[in-house]
Amino acid sequence: MPEATFLDATELVLNMGPQHPSTHGVLRVILKLDGEKVNGTECVIGYLHRGVEKIGENRTYQMFAPYVDRMDYVAAVSNGLGYCLAVEKLLNVEAAPRAQVTRVILTELNRIASHLLWLGTHALDIGALTPVFYTFREREEILNIFEKYCGARLTTHSFRIGGLQYELYDGFEDDVKAFCKAALPKMDEYEELLTANRIWVSRLTGVGVLNAEDCKAYGVTGPMLRAAGVKWDIRKALPYSGYEKYDFEIPTRQDGDTFDRYIVRMQEMRQSVRIIRQAVEDIPSGPIMAKVPKVIKPPVGEVYVSIEAPKGELGYFIVSDGSTQPYRVRVRPPSFVNLQALDRMAKGALIADVVAIIGTIDIVLGEVDR
Amino acid sequence: MRKLLRTIFLVDLLQGLWVTFRYQHPKHIYTEQYPAQRPKVAERYRGAPRLNINPDNGETLCISCNLCALACPENLIVVGWERDEQTKRKVLTTFTYDTSRCMFCGLCEDACPVDALELTQDFELASYTREGAIWDRQLLEEGPRPTKYRF
Repeated sequence: MPEATFLDATELVLNMGPQHPSTHGVLRVILKLDGEKVNGTECVIGYLHRGVEKIGENRTYQMFAPYVDRMDYVAAVSNGLGYCLAVEKLLNVEAAPRAQVTRVILTELNRIASHLLWLGTHALDIGALTPVFYTFREREEILNIFEKYCGARLTTHSFRIGGLQYELYDGFEDDVKAFCKAALPKMDEYEELLTANRIWVSRLTGVGVLNAEDCKAYGVTGPMLRAAGVKWDIRKALPYSGYEKYDFEIPTRQDGDTFDRYIVRMQEMRQSVRIIRQAVEDIPSGPIMAKVPKVIKPPVGEVYVSIEAPKGELGYFIVSDGSTQPYRVRVRPPSFVNLQALDRMAKGALIADVVAIIGTIDIVLGEVDR
Repeated sequence: MRKLLRTIFLVDLLQGLWVTFRYQHPKHIYTEQYPAQRPKVAERYRGAPRLNINPDNGETLCISCNLCALACPENLIVVGWERDEQTKRKVLTTFTYDTSRCMFCGLCEDACPVDALELTQDFELASYTREGAIWDRQLLEEGPRPTKYRF
């Protein structure tokens, strides 16, 4: 009997990535294929591993703050907020009211920026080339506000433990209001481009379905969970930084497919604009920094603080041994946890759908690998 | 029926095309012609480091307190000083700033008590060698020299 050759193999193993443009970075997915059908996937991560958590153990609390921006570099402000909140909880201080409102405005702007980048690249993966240019144009406006506020566009390092380093610049309110005014018609434009588009709809509907039970089982959070019909948003459930003061809704959808996630994220951007509008109306005056000692030496203890980052629940678990450096910093990155569901969603799909599914998880490999 | 007609006449696709068509007008151009058109970065931009000197007498403002080096998460600042025998004060001798490792977080700038070290609006930091990214005191005080191109 002749030996079995590759022609007899029913299962074909195909590497997707780490240089594949649609894997949003250096994600390697091993696809087990039966023809065009995906029987199973396996993610190989770690190509962007920099040991951020270990770096945290060797830096003082203030020094580690710029590093957290480099995990989810698309939403650096949210990362900074989560870290600062965690250390503030450890120190048992609360940021100054002016700082809290400013933080809300900047993180919501960052959420829009992150979703815009997601929308552009996701559409680009699917084959719609146009939206990416428009979304990046709006994102540029947000990055300009960041640049004017704190001097950096992407890895902002805008918050400090206890408040803010920089006072708001002159015309910050006007810039934010002008952005909010311009953003809503632009979002309608993206929807005009995509929501009704038959190619877009047929590429997304029913693809990568993840129902609520699966979401909970995998620990999936953020827009993916809300698209499955679970009304869970940490901004509402465990309000931080004064989110309880603002009136906004949690957009949810029922089916939990890729199209629903798209709709949820589009709605979320509009809700973010709503929050920003409320926040920018009354920025309290006063100091921007709470009373925090120059050398931060938190008492012995551990703390877990999670915030609603654009991609889901972003948590920081910090253990303090009473010294100036954290004993352990553990990050619960939303992208990393959400990526687990890839196999569940991609099983039975086609290769082209895998691209759509990876796009819809909204991963940033800097955060997955840390 | 209406849906069928919309499908036949490609209404959904034309809607999107109309959005794209509206942006034909040159006033919507957003692209920056970078080398020809220099972007004006914000006032607070954290770019190339600079060691400020007193414009009146040309002496450095740095008091060699070493706080920037201690604040730096990447330990990339090396401050060298010697003690003046007469005044018993520290005098700056060397100042090395490794821009290749810098992440422009601005912590050194915040730590400086006399505003001697500053991150400026200069953002063009490329150099041909790795050694060129390590800035010495002279380079930090004078700013990067304009690149001479050899054609």
